Amino acid sequence: MFDGYTSSELMSIFAMQGFAGLSLFSVFVLMAMGLAIIFGQMGVINMAHGEFMILGAYTTYLTSGFFQSYLPSLFGGYFFVAMILAFLICAALGALVEWLMIRRLYHRPLDTLLATWGLSLIMQQAYRSIFGAREVGVELPEWMMGAFQVTDLVELPINGLFVMIIALSIAVGVYLLMYRSGYGKKVRAVVQNRPMAEAVGINSAGIDRATFALGCGIAGIAGAAFTMIGSTGPSSGQAYIVDTFLVVVFGGAQSLIGTIVSAFGISQAQSTMEFFLSGSMAKVLTLLVVVGILMLRPEGLMALKVRR
Amino acid sequence: MKSSSPLKWFSSREGLYYLALAALLVVILPLALDPFRLNMVGKYLTYAFVAIGLVMCWGKAGILSLGQGVFFGLGGYCMAMFLKLEASTPEATAIQSTPGIPDFMDWNQLTELPWFWEPFHSFSFTLLAVIGVPMLLAFIIGLAMFTRRVGGVYFAIITQAIAAILTILIIGQQGYTGGVNGITDLQTLMGWDIRSDAAKTTLYFICVGMLFLCLFVARLVQNRKLGRILVAMNAQENRVRFSGYDVAAFKIFVFCLAAAFAGIGGALFTLIVGFMSPSFIGIVASIEMVIFCALGGRLSILGAVYGALLVNAAKSGFSESFPELWPFAMGALFIGVVLAFPNGLAGLYQSYVMPLEERLFKRKSKAEAQPVSEPEPTAEARKPAVEAKEAHDYDPMLDHYSPEKS
Repeated sequence: MFDGYTSSELMSIFAMQGFAGLSLFSVFVLMAMGLAIIFGQMGVINMAHGEFMILGAYTTYLTSGFFQSYLPSLFGGYFFVAMILAFLICAALGALVEWLMIRRLYHRPLDTLLATWGLSLIMQQAYRSIFGAREVGVELPEWMMGAFQVTDLVELPINGLFVMIIALSIAVGVYLLMYRSGYGKKVRAVVQNRPMAEAVGINSAGIDRATFALGCGIAGIAGAAFTMIGSTGPSSGQAYIVDTFLVVVFGGAQSLIGTIVSAFGISQAQSTMEFFLSGSMAKVLTLLVVVGILMLRPEGLMALKVRR
Repeated sequence: MKSSSPLKWFSSREGLYYLALAALLVVILPLALDPFRLNMVGKYLTYAFVAIGLVMCWGKAGILSLGQGVFFGLGGYCMAMFLKLEASTPEATAIQSTPGIPDFMDWNQLTELPWFWEPFHSFSFTLLAVIGVPMLLAFIIGLAMFTRRVGGVYFAIITQAIAAILTILIIGQQGYTGGVNGITDLQTLMGWDIRSDAAKTTLYFICVGMLFLCLFVARLVQNRKLGRILVAMNAQENRVRFSGYDVAAFKIFVFCLAAAFAGIGGALFTLIVGFMSPSFIGIVASIEMVIFCALGGRLSILGAVYGALLVNAAKSGFSESFPELWPFAMGALFIGVVLAFPNGLAGLYQSYVMPLEERLFKRKSKAEAQPVSEPEPTAEARKPAVEAKEAHDYDPMLDHYSPEKS
């Protein structure tokens, strides 16, 4: 497939597609961070993760509408308010879902999959009834429009760059929370040895609820960020959920670094191949390679070395 | 539960269940419904094949495949390719720039039949392929996954990815597969018009016949030592392994069996509905297939048939009158089945209706009173296992090494 290109042409193609793939990378990282917490730390499969993301996106849509009609002077900053709102709403709903459903299903991971799939159907239809089946987009504040010209071929749109910054800061935030805070220590203690963690006075049910809520909240932020680079409809979440699960599993479920590396690898592979093949073939090839590697390394790229 | 003679078996409780199902499908429904509705029931029944496979694979052996739509689709596409070739004679397609190839290939500027379409001129090859192709793929996936001890959640996600791959591939390769429209405009099977009412009724009875054949095979498997090993594997995989059984081989077997059932169902679906398209086999369709099995009861092969019938009938009923409500109902069904009655309708039947029956027919001996076909763990029986597991360090990463509780 590289026939007919000189090496310098190939280099610039790779650079161009690499930059183009970065926005896919940020989407993957944003979605996968929340999943990695819920799936990697708690072993719960949340098929409604995409729908939590869409909830964040709709929150942003509503907030932008509110600012446009009532606070036009502050419109430039609405996004930050929307992000916080999206986090809070999704986290609250996540806590509710955990209390109603998930806490009865720990140790039955395949059943959490089915139950959350049901939840995702309900949420999707709710969006369709409330917001209509059409995709909605938000109006970008002025400072987010435009692009940096890096070279002749490569230009970086500011909104894409902004989403990437959010993705990376969330990744850093999650890392600090999980590995540098008291809360993170408790989470990991509960994951590694629940009875012992309870014995030293950790409220494991509370930790579970907080972790699930946190994962959903991050999905909400992801959705808010998502509105900056594309429009959202009721079923956009479902379109990404399989890819995102593959990202998490491919990276090694409990390794946050692995999640980021695999999101980067998958998005870059897909974006580069899209130049040479059709979009669907690129996706098929990427998924096939990922599945193939998972068959060789079932624990993922960066599995924790644990004593069994 | 061995019965000495077929006559005795038919008067046993299990035999009565099968007779009741046969009476419903062979006598009551054909008499009560017009050909159009009967055709719809036939369509629902093709999903029952998948559900039976899932009972064996997920309920008994604990392997949840979210990619059964793949096998359903492969069977369906194999049959559709045969029918499409038959419908695309040079005479029928004379207006095309290259007569004799399917119309969608002509639209996509293909001038000759792709190599993998060639063998589908033969009906016997098609019949083999309907079962063989899904089984071959299942064998490859199973070999790759189960010998590496990938299981549980990871297996579910990977099968889901495979469903995604297949759908994208079919939609992307429009010239070879008909793309998102699928393979349509199928007319005759060996010169026999499958669109007439008489043919549809005949196909319905063929479908019922095949269904009972599959039920028979599934029952044979579950009541032999083989079936007991599958159940044991689900509960305590490592103990079975340490007893010297090749766990991977058993898993591959049951996965292939489920794939073969799904393939047969898919082929019948194509015949009954008259076309095949990617929307019947993708991720969403594949997960819906799991709910057929879960609603009927994940441990009961008969329950799977009822589950497929009920969910699909409800779906048709709802979407005819309240299209908005169906996703809510379906979502509630998923959540309700998982939370409230994990063993589905068959489980409800066993815990509520069976005791009533016991009282009504006291003549049943104690041996008969035990669940005939399903040595199933009820909620109470399941608890100790869960607690035992809690006592270990719970680590989701280890899940595919330890027995799956689901």
